[in-house]
Amino acid sequence: MSDTSDPNPPPLEIHDLTVSYHKKPVLWGVDLEVPAGKLIGIVGPNGAGKSTLIKAAMGLMPLNSGWVKVFGEPVKKNLRRVGYVPQRESVDWDFPVSVMDVVLMGRYGRLGLMRRPTREDKDKARECLEKVKLLPYANRQISNLSGGQQQRVFLARALAQESDLYFMDEPFAGVDAATEASIIELLHELKEMGKTLMVVHHDLPTARSYFDMLLMLNMRVVAFGETSKVFTNELLQKTYGGRLTILSEVADAVRQAPSV
Amino acid sequence: MNLIPEFDFQTVFAGPWTEDFSSYGWIMLMGFLVATACGLVGNYLILRRMALVGDAISHSVLPGIAVAFIVSNSRGSVAMFVGALVAGIVTTIIIETIHKRSRVKQDAAIGIAFTSLFALGVILISLYADKVDLDQECVLYGEIAFVPLQESVKFAGHEIGPVPVVRMGVVALVVVALLIVFYKELLVTSFDAGLAFSLGINATAVHYGLMSMLSVVVVSAFESVGAILVIAMLILPGATASLLSQRLPAIHLLTVLHGALSAVLGTHLGLWLECSIAGAMVVVGTGWFVLAWWVHLLCNASWFRRARQIRSEPDPAHALS
Repeated sequence: MSDTSDPNPPPLEIHDLTVSYHKKPVLWGVDLEVPAGKLIGIVGPNGAGKSTLIKAAMGLMPLNSGWVKVFGEPVKKNLRRVGYVPQRESVDWDFPVSVMDVVLMGRYGRLGLMRRPTREDKDKARECLEKVKLLPYANRQISNLSGGQQQRVFLARALAQESDLYFMDEPFAGVDAATEASIIELLHELKEMGKTLMVVHHDLPTARSYFDMLLMLNMRVVAFGETSKVFTNELLQKTYGGRLTILSEVADAVRQAPSV
Repeated sequence: MNLIPEFDFQTVFAGPWTEDFSSYGWIMLMGFLVATACGLVGNYLILRRMALVGDAISHSVLPGIAVAFIVSNSRGSVAMFVGALVAGIVTTIIIETIHKRSRVKQDAAIGIAFTSLFALGVILISLYADKVDLDQECVLYGEIAFVPLQESVKFAGHEIGPVPVVRMGVVALVVVALLIVFYKELLVTSFDAGLAFSLGINATAVHYGLMSMLSVVVVSAFESVGAILVIAMLILPGATASLLSQRLPAIHLLTVLHGALSAVLGTHLGLWLECSIAGAMVVVGTGWFVLAWWVHLLCNASWFRRARQIRSEPDPAHALS
């Protein structure tokens, strides 16, 4: 555990975290210390608590036990350093706002009460839209976008937050191959800038090539480390064990994994 | 037998703007103020998928008013206001609690909360009928036509206008001011509560703030115009506006326009049919909704869309699909 006076506290530190839904534990005794400047994949079977971990880390859900520190402080004190990309289905895409409005929301945390986004905020938003190649769509109503475009709007909004630690909940869900490639390129770019990214990911074969580190989750932390070290037959079995629906997918992934 | 009263231009259209303006002017203004205040708050209820909470609050303020009468033993508007406001907030807390702490979904929770509170109000009023000068009929139906007959507010020797109109005017101004001040907060908490939280915006505080505002609007409106007009104007203007525009600022403006047109034409319709003016305003408001729906369907017709898309499609070379 790091000392509170540590000049470079880790982006995310979680100790003995337990979270439950309707009295059923979803996360149990999670301990985690995430190093800075890494692209980290969170993998695990359905119901393993991947999204819950993100929400709990951001203080979006009540904790049964344990604590979360973001850059050495309780998350509430450091919210501005945290960026969030929720699952695409979590919002109503018929909402009467334009692409630009949504990206500008990423700047709201920096604006005080009664403050309207300034010219700089708008420039920043345009720059972020350009990065995800959506600038020509800035004035579109958000319902007139494809799934991949919607996902990129969320990414642009997260970029506009200019955070140091990002939580992304399945940013690759339902996007086509070209979009997936452009998103992963963007994530690498962010990493090069020293940002820490924690990304919930469903697809094991790509997880191996996309991420520097993997967090294997199944209610507890099964493994957390360099992808090359933890992507092993034994740990994958341990993470996904007994889950019939994805066994074939795991088997494929395991076949490619070095055996121990 | 004549089913529809004869149409007389003088009484129906010219009168309210000329010799009868001193009374019908107030009625139209009151209708407009109620529709504007309700409609603007209602826009956020619609966006948050809690349109029926307005319905619930407008019924469940009854026990609040009854208790306020019993406790304060007066028909003073301050006591009534506080009672209704507390009842309104209690309703939203009950709805939230039932919905979050049990498997009962929000719509059912709304149904439970307001029917039980309304029933409680009915019982309280019949138990203390001698003390409470109020009946549930009046709460439900009200009568906007009596507005000009109310006592007038005097300020610095000038008569400003009937008490309910002045009160509603103040409430409408406060609503507009609050919606401007908290525009960002209302927008982001309505769109994505998780993001709002991660930006450090307290979505719970915004929720209860909006619910308090709703309670104040409902309470200041319903005594004079009846719950039916209030409930209708919480939903109809916003629903109509959202069919015509997909930008929130434009939706707000269209909401106000809908309120004005419904209030004025509703008054004329009420005069023509010799019926409840509040009811006529709602009917006209529904008429605008149907018209907007028709326009919306027309705009979404395939030939119209195709013609528009050719003009507005961004250059595909600049964007990934």
